[in-house]
Amino acid sequence: MKKILLIGNPNVGKSVIFSRLTGVNVIASNYPGTTVEFTKGYIKIGDEKIEVIDVPGTYTLEPTSRAEQVAVDMLDEFIEEKDNIFVDIVDSTNIERNLSLTFQLIKKNIPLIICLNFWDETKHIGIHIDAKKLEDILDVPVVPTCGITGEGIKKLVSKLDEVKVCTYRYEDDERWSEIGKIVETVQTLTHHHHTFWEKLGDASVHPITGIPIAVGILFLAFKIIRFIGESLIGYIFEPLFEHLWAPLIMKLSLLLGSSGFIHNVLVGKLVDGEIDFVESLGLLTTGLFVPFGMVLPYIVAFYFVLSFLEDSGYLPRLGILVDTFMHKLGLHGISIIPMLLGIGCNVPGALGTRILETRRERFIAATIMAIAIPCMAQIAMITGLIGQYGAYGLGIVFGTLFIVWIILGVLLNLFLKGESPEIFVEIPPYRLPYMKALLKKLWMRTFRFLKEAVPYVLLGVLIVNILYALRIIEFIGKIAAPVVTGILGLPKEAIGALVIGFLRKDVAVGMLVPLGLTANQMVVASVVLAMYFPCVATFAILVKELGIKDMIKSTIIMIVSTLIVGGVLNLILKLFS
Amino acid sequence: MGKIDLTQLKSGEVATVVAIEGGIGFHRRIESLGIRVGVKIRKISTQLMRGPVTIQMGNTQAALGFGMAIKIIVKREPEQE
Repeated sequence: MKKILLIGNPNVGKSVIFSRLTGVNVIASNYPGTTVEFTKGYIKIGDEKIEVIDVPGTYTLEPTSRAEQVAVDMLDEFIEEKDNIFVDIVDSTNIERNLSLTFQLIKKNIPLIICLNFWDETKHIGIHIDAKKLEDILDVPVVPTCGITGEGIKKLVSKLDEVKVCTYRYEDDERWSEIGKIVETVQTLTHHHHTFWEKLGDASVHPITGIPIAVGILFLAFKIIRFIGESLIGYIFEPLFEHLWAPLIMKLSLLLGSSGFIHNVLVGKLVDGEIDFVESLGLLTTGLFVPFGMVLPYIVAFYFVLSFLEDSGYLPRLGILVDTFMHKLGLHGISIIPMLLGIGCNVPGALGTRILETRRERFIAATIMAIAIPCMAQIAMITGLIGQYGAYGLGIVFGTLFIVWIILGVLLNLFLKGESPEIFVEIPPYRLPYMKALLKKLWMRTFRFLKEAVPYVLLGVLIVNILYALRIIEFIGKIAAPVVTGILGLPKEAIGALVIGFLRKDVAVGMLVPLGLTANQMVVASVVLAMYFPCVATFAILVKELGIKDMIKSTIIMIVSTLIVGGVLNLILKLFS
Repeated sequence: MGKIDLTQLKSGEVATVVAIEGGIGFHRRIESLGIRVGVKIRKISTQLMRGPVTIQMGNTQAALGFGMAIKIIVKREPEQE
């Protein structure tokens, strides 16, 4: 199939153009042999169905980071295939810098079309570009576009069959002066007053104004996540489960005779003759309620807010503000982005560490994230279950994890050889996110959660039932009692949750409920579950990203720190109760 | 009209890059965001405790670590001297 490749610098609005071109059927896939992700969709032109691929953004074809390397490798592969069309997306408010990539693409002798995106913004900031002149000079189609309004997209599509190989030639060491000449010919600048957004942009990286802005934004983000999550649960998911699903399952339960192995696997144990969606532990009760009724609402809420922050351009600014602090953990400010991703799910968090330059940083970031950053599935469960005891318990759980995150980072930074590189990042202007593209991203992330979480939750619930039926958990409990009871102060039955925690942490947290733990034990168990080991999906990614040797090191750190933190927390809580 | 490095430039001041220290890898890396000799830079801010420096070249804004900023030698625009 013929392909259209969208290429460009990061932050040029590529994904908005992409979602304008493609329909609803968008897939995120891995580039073969790597875990680098790209999105592809389809466009129909006449009777022909053409694949559209959003290549990860890169500033240059002479890669300076691992992520750029992948973009370049990908591009080389698509260049080898015949017939492909390359759409070079240029930020028209920054043509000089962007043309550097265009010039490198020209050298590849590929059929090219240039898209001058953010065309509308040029007017606001006093830039005038003569697109026709640029077209004449480079001798390839040049189309001004504005992804947000859709201006120029039709023209872009109609010009696709006019693509041609650029015949413009230049000497490598003359690149910048040639670009300079072109920019001088096609671009005129007029004076403009600073817009409100530009002023806000400057204010949010000034230390004095930036920190209050950051606190405000994060507080608001937290409030919105809670509001969306609680509303979805209260108005949609809980009523659905309570009033529609529960009566149906009760009928099934009666049909199955209210007990027996099959009944327990499907429906689970009845609590006081009723279904308890958390405690019953059946495939059709807990197995569906945990992912859909408790976790999904917060996943949607979290990814909505995170995607908004991403698309608005705020995250790099946050990275700058926390940079000095993050250096104490051996990381630079931008590593706050994989950490935030990790709060959604540790899997994309682990993948996100790739934007960091050195092995050392990736090791520190991945290790402290896997240990001390609980994913949204776990946070939702902990909040739902410990929240009943009041905010105090939640404060201890998340406070402890935050302190562990810092201490581990500081220690790793002290003991690992080498230094961490400095921050170097583009700060895109603030932009109001384009809702359609944002919702598309939200849908892809939510879908990915469902695809990966639901099977594992069901598998987890099934295994729990089998392990209980065969009395295996009882057996492991006896062996592990000295650690679980002796050090952590938990009943030996809690080992069941730790076993299932390898598979899914949300199910594991739910399994603590029927154990009748005290509030303190619940706190210790939640912290231990968060820390002791990543879930299997994260583990698999970490092995791939860090390599088996570093992953073993990381695992040892996890287990040791869990025992220390769990043990100390248990002692402290005992002292104060 | 003395030459200073980027960390010595004050917030809000404009200067022209006259030299960049460091190796070819460093040059290539910062060139990707348009930092090269001859380019005009406006400094936006510096974070406390030798934190990153935020700058603007044309319409591109970027942040770079303190240690990187030291390697970028600039000359203040004449009217500000």
